[in-house]
Amino acid sequence: MNLRTSLKGSVNDSIKLNIKLNVRQYTMFVALLFIWLIFTVVTKGLFITSRNLSNLFIQMCTTGIMACGMVLVMVAGHIDLSVGSVAGTLGAIAAALMAKCGVSPILAIAITLIAGLLIGTWHGFWIAYRGVPAFIVTLSSMTAFKGVTLAVTNGATIGEFSNLFKSLGQGYIPKLIPNAEFNDTSALIGIISIILFIIFDFRKRNTRKKYGFEVATIPIQILRIVFVSVAIALASSIMVSYRGIPIAVLILIGIILIYTFITNRTTFGRHVYAIGGNKEAAKLSGINVKKTELLIYASMGLLTALAAIVFTARLNAATPGAGNLFELDAIASCIIGGTSTMGGKGTIIGAIIGALVMASIDNGMSLMNVNIMYQYMIKGLILLLAVWVDFATKKRA
Amino acid sequence: MNEYILEMVNISKEFPGVKALDNVNFKVKKGEIHALVGENGAGKSTLMKILSGVYPYGTYSGDIIFKGKIRQFNTIKDSEHAGIAIIYQELALIKQLSVCENIFLGNEINDRGVINWEKSYVETEKFLREVRLNIKPTTLVMNLGIGQQQLVEIAKAMSKQSDLLILDEPTSALTEDEIDNLFDLLRGFKEKGITCIYISHKLDEIFKIADRITVLRDGITVATHNTADLDESKLISLMVGRKLTERFPKVRYEPGEVVLELKNWTVFDPEIPERKVINNVSFTARKGEVLGIAGLMGAGRTELCMSIFGCYGSKVLGQLFVNGKEIKARDPGSIIKAGVSYLSEDRKGNGLVLIQSIKKNISMASLDYISKATVINENEEIRMVEKYVTKLRIKTPSIEQLVGNLSGGNQQKVVLGKWLMTNPKVLILDEPTRGIDVGAKFEIYNIINSLVESGVCIIMISSELPEILGMSDRILIMHEGEIRGELHWKEATQEKIMSYATGGK
Repeated sequence: MNLRTSLKGSVNDSIKLNIKLNVRQYTMFVALLFIWLIFTVVTKGLFITSRNLSNLFIQMCTTGIMACGMVLVMVAGHIDLSVGSVAGTLGAIAAALMAKCGVSPILAIAITLIAGLLIGTWHGFWIAYRGVPAFIVTLSSMTAFKGVTLAVTNGATIGEFSNLFKSLGQGYIPKLIPNAEFNDTSALIGIISIILFIIFDFRKRNTRKKYGFEVATIPIQILRIVFVSVAIALASSIMVSYRGIPIAVLILIGIILIYTFITNRTTFGRHVYAIGGNKEAAKLSGINVKKTELLIYASMGLLTALAAIVFTARLNAATPGAGNLFELDAIASCIIGGTSTMGGKGTIIGAIIGALVMASIDNGMSLMNVNIMYQYMIKGLILLLAVWVDFATKKRA
Repeated sequence: MNEYILEMVNISKEFPGVKALDNVNFKVKKGEIHALVGENGAGKSTLMKILSGVYPYGTYSGDIIFKGKIRQFNTIKDSEHAGIAIIYQELALIKQLSVCENIFLGNEINDRGVINWEKSYVETEKFLREVRLNIKPTTLVMNLGIGQQQLVEIAKAMSKQSDLLILDEPTSALTEDEIDNLFDLLRGFKEKGITCIYISHKLDEIFKIADRITVLRDGITVATHNTADLDESKLISLMVGRKLTERFPKVRYEPGEVVLELKNWTVFDPEIPERKVINNVSFTARKGEVLGIAGLMGAGRTELCMSIFGCYGSKVLGQLFVNGKEIKARDPGSIIKAGVSYLSEDRKGNGLVLIQSIKKNISMASLDYISKATVINENEEIRMVEKYVTKLRIKTPSIEQLVGNLSGGNQQKVVLGKWLMTNPKVLILDEPTRGIDVGAKFEIYNIINSLVESGVCIIMISSELPEILGMSDRILIMHEGEIRGELHWKEATQEKIMSYATGGK
């Protein structure tokens, strides 16, 4: 049968299709490299130093963690404008618990995460079960939690935490051999990651074979392995040659892996994309739309709490103004990374590239001593442009 | 002086792949009430859309002669200006605005942009008196009943000094009294010389009100007669009088035991909770049979099936049994689990996620079967989806292809694949062949046959009489939310179905 053969011989076609479908991500990746090149030239190499790049990665962690949750929110066709204010409040709660009430860091972190989960569930309840538009629900929280932050902080900075807590935002993975010349643990982690990737890639190949599916040719597979290995090696060597892998970056990588898995491999992830793509069809396919939407916001709340912890630890202080404009960074990261403002489309990895773009622009402009007022203007315009590109490419499709 | 106020001469209109109207001639005399009848899809709506300028001049061929002049309407505004007013089935009033604001919407009585409310109210009262509606001009439309809203629409048409009023299914939501009132009004208009085109599925009404009747069938004018020269059975035979040349690949099997039973099923409108959309419907459907549900637009067929599936109605009364077990749940997820699946008539709106792949669309309703602890087994998914792609002969280079890029027929097969993967005992197909080409239709019929052979019960809604006759083992005919008749395939004819569907006994 013709049909059967055309299905079987589809590896090349599906690679082409894959490139076509992810063209936005690839172009954004190229754009990221282009931005790095420009900043490197303009700052006379200062931008590309391992020290700066290492800092850049730490800076993007807060945005990156929130962007992972925001992808789900936006793919489902909603929005969360409150993440900045909520992150401010949660950071202040964690700080107050430790600095004022003398709670241990572990307990403080646990309480903060639970508080984030509850706030997210609160949003989800109003949006999914009471039908209030997400825009309004989260706009209300955006204002309300600014007030809560002021109440918790009393308008003053709360600061100075234990080393354990601080390390979540500023620390690096400790060395295995205390007086090694470089961060040996980080190098080891890099090597282990590469080995794990190779093992997983071949295991995937084998199970596909077991099902009798076509697999990529050996040269193509080796090409892919080499490409990914070089990327991992490059990224970890940048960090190894400075002070090692920052703990915050490790947390972000963990979240990226978990959320990539959720979006690609779980029924919950599928439901999110189906709801964003066509809510009626999702409902008629037996998907519990309300429950799914509640979970999406609960996850957003949890990640906001995690981002708030990392951010507060990095600054070693909670300020009344903390979290300002985080929502812009998180939303812009998603959109730059290809998440559709109309729902149904978006990837975690895209949003992370978007977060890197936003962090690079921040970092580069700071290195260039661009006045903060221009930084705001430029970031605002970038968001506008990214949305316009989203609409313009959608029309053509 | 020409006795015809309107002549539509040799009107033809094509949509991609279909000839909707083929040299239609339609003449309306000044001051008469002229009924336009035909089955679903006969071309009535298309003809009226051409007349009112929804389909602009140039997108059809033929001439419109209105009040003795050839007209070229490019917009609705053009036809309104000429004196034609159309009142649609779904009322086009803005509910949040007052009666007065609605009547003058777009034609506000104003002086350099400032509305003259005094004059507007006085004028509105005048028009409301004309349609015998005793309400204040400031009443909000949302506080009016459907019948009153309709009269507001007519008042709006009056305000535009229309000479030709087109009413599309005006009585579908009205009570007996409201209908009588409307008819009195129309007779009054006739005396004033206002012409009226009356579109309806209800033949008794047509015989009550119309002077002449034009019958359309499959895009051609069958005949125009004086009402006095016709009776119901003559009219029905004109409406359905096609020869049954299309052949269906129907295979007959012996139906098995009852799998689905509905008892005293009553469904209330989701928007108007006191209105019954489905009234006390009971039926059974058997394993290995195709149960056809026939009826005209608005008879409640889709509402019936969607309410069984748990996604329609503000309140649902009655009992649903699947395999003898009562199903109390009223949400699609539970109904699917109970073994009933529903393929919607609105493929793009309710069936598919166009921006997703064939794979994700087909597996969407059965992810639980291919996952453990919510983790999807991707390889199992590919295997299952490829099975359905092959079985249903979906033409695509890859299951990763986006559904939005497929043809209508292939899209329909994807939705069908989605429901087959849920392994249903009862599969409800709502207009399964709408908008797809002949080849794909034939393939869908063959799929229906093989499903029936494997013991699935098919409930098929269709507006195409030949399809209903050609594929069903048993036919239920609905009219105004009730089942008016049941026919075995051996005794079923187009005339009998149409007679039940138009409210006959």
